[in-house]
Amino acid sequence: MSAPGLELANSSPPSGMRPGLAARDIGGVAKRNLLRILRTPRLLLIGALQPALLLVLFRYVLGGAITVPGGSYVDFVVPASFLEAVLIGGLTTSIGVAEDLKSGIIDRFQSLPMARSAVLAGRTVADLCRSLLSLAIMVGLGVLVGFHFRGHAGAIVGGMALIMLFGYAFSWMYAAIGFATKDPETAQIAGILPFFILMFASNAIVPVATMPSWLRGFASNQPLSITIDAVRSLFEGEPAAHYVWQSVAWSAGILVAFFAIALHLYRNSVG
Amino acid sequence: MAASIIEVEGVVKRFGSTTALAGVDLTAEPGTVLALLGPNGAGKTTLVRILTTLLKPDRGSARVAGYDVVADATPLRSIIGLAGQYATVDELLTGRENLELVGLWYHLDKREYRSRAQDVLERFALTDAGDRLVKTYSGGMRRRLDIGASLIARPRVLFLDEPTTGLDPRTRNDVWQFIEELVAAGTSVLLTTQYMEEAEHLAHQIVVIDTGAVVAQGTAAELKDRLGGAMLEVRVTNPEDLERAVALLAALAGVRPRTDSDQQSVAVPTAGGTALLMAAGRRFEEERIPLDDLGIRRPSLDDVFLSLTSSRSGGDRGEATQPPRTTASADAR
Repeated sequence: MSAPGLELANSSPPSGMRPGLAARDIGGVAKRNLLRILRTPRLLLIGALQPALLLVLFRYVLGGAITVPGGSYVDFVVPASFLEAVLIGGLTTSIGVAEDLKSGIIDRFQSLPMARSAVLAGRTVADLCRSLLSLAIMVGLGVLVGFHFRGHAGAIVGGMALIMLFGYAFSWMYAAIGFATKDPETAQIAGILPFFILMFASNAIVPVATMPSWLRGFASNQPLSITIDAVRSLFEGEPAAHYVWQSVAWSAGILVAFFAIALHLYRNSVG
Repeated sequence: MAASIIEVEGVVKRFGSTTALAGVDLTAEPGTVLALLGPNGAGKTTLVRILTTLLKPDRGSARVAGYDVVADATPLRSIIGLAGQYATVDELLTGRENLELVGLWYHLDKREYRSRAQDVLERFALTDAGDRLVKTYSGGMRRRLDIGASLIARPRVLFLDEPTTGLDPRTRNDVWQFIEELVAAGTSVLLTTQYMEEAEHLAHQIVVIDTGAVVAQGTAAELKDRLGGAMLEVRVTNPEDLERAVALLAALAGVRPRTDSDQQSVAVPTAGGTALLMAAGRRFEEERIPLDDLGIRRPSLDDVFLSLTSSRSGGDRGEATQPPRTTASADAR
């Protein structure tokens, strides 16, 4: 069977995949995606600079003109800016997925013996790392502009976990947008639309009380607003259970729905 | 022992209403180069994608090194290498990172893939560029890296989809040399190409494919024999003389000449010798038809290719056993 006199690959390759190998494959994909983000100035700007600028803008330029009942504006807007940073960073997922489809590198991945799940799983691991990084930057910046955590440590960690979960759920939506658009520029535009709707029709920047009633209903019940309520309460040290469960339920629902959609689109796009 | 390394039987693949492959059969022997030769849109890439488990055939079956491309896709992937038509290396990684990651995904251990990545960089003259981002590479460097990445696990069967398209002649020769070395070391290679010269230079066996079907196969010499002997070819200076040249040569040779109006050339088969050449020279002189060129040409693989893959040519000579084709949709995807 094997040709004589040469050093070739194992002639009886393993038929099954050991879990350790799959984890290694996923780690390789995650490393690749993180390196790509770090080496793309455009993605770094979207992921790190943009949320920081928005926070400074809201805190110092608009903040003085906005009054929030029973508290300071900085405590109001900073927790929202954490979520905004994680959410807008998901755009890098849309763009990255679309770039991979366009460049044909997905073909190479598919022709390799790597675990079938590694392309998607590795990407979401990279997304989690990216979210963690932008969250860390924003927490530092938040404290710098005068934000105070008043809750106890457990509540603060819980709030961070809630933010990460929300960002992770949405990174599947962004992945789905990338698979659907197949073009980095289109993906960026398509990805920013849900971000704007969720961000501005919400309680993130101003209290919903001043909005017209038709908008107020949406703005106070959409998943981002609920998660912001949960996170604000946790960081303030106020009772938050009601919002926390609603937020977890939203994130879980979004995660399941867009995981299924992204997986379906991925399978279709690789033939 | 003499089992074929690639066996394709009746493979059909459709994309919507387009038939990319209309029942392809072929075999390749271990340790040889098989060239899949055909115009754009002939189905070459589709067949490579099926053989490398990227696409499933609609009908028919294919085996590579004894593994069925559908049922045994997972084990098959660890003994094949694929380098694509568009260099599928990661622009934002360095050359070394690209190679090491591919080695990791072939499940080599860390020490192994590190040393093999270094070997590949050296062998493909990329040592100095190894730690630079690929986006700073030239086209030829990318292609070398792409082929190098496909070799990192020392595959038994290597698939190269148009490995030299768009390369300058020097880089093309380098790639040819790499392929020859690999084959000398025992690797079996299937490559697709639109260049007859490449097929002639590298391949032990050539399969000519057009609009999704095999139209001929054999060695370069066998394929040339199908065209019969030498051709007498004239190229007229003025396009308006083309008709007269056709009539003149038809009368001299007694067969309908093959015409290429782009090249303003007309050709007829000749038994060899110079009698027909001299006669033609005299007649063109008498008729005062100015010529750019008049000579005897041995058939090239280009002639074979053109006669096999274009429906308008004097098909009586290319006695390929081909199914009737509806159009010569050489440009259709």
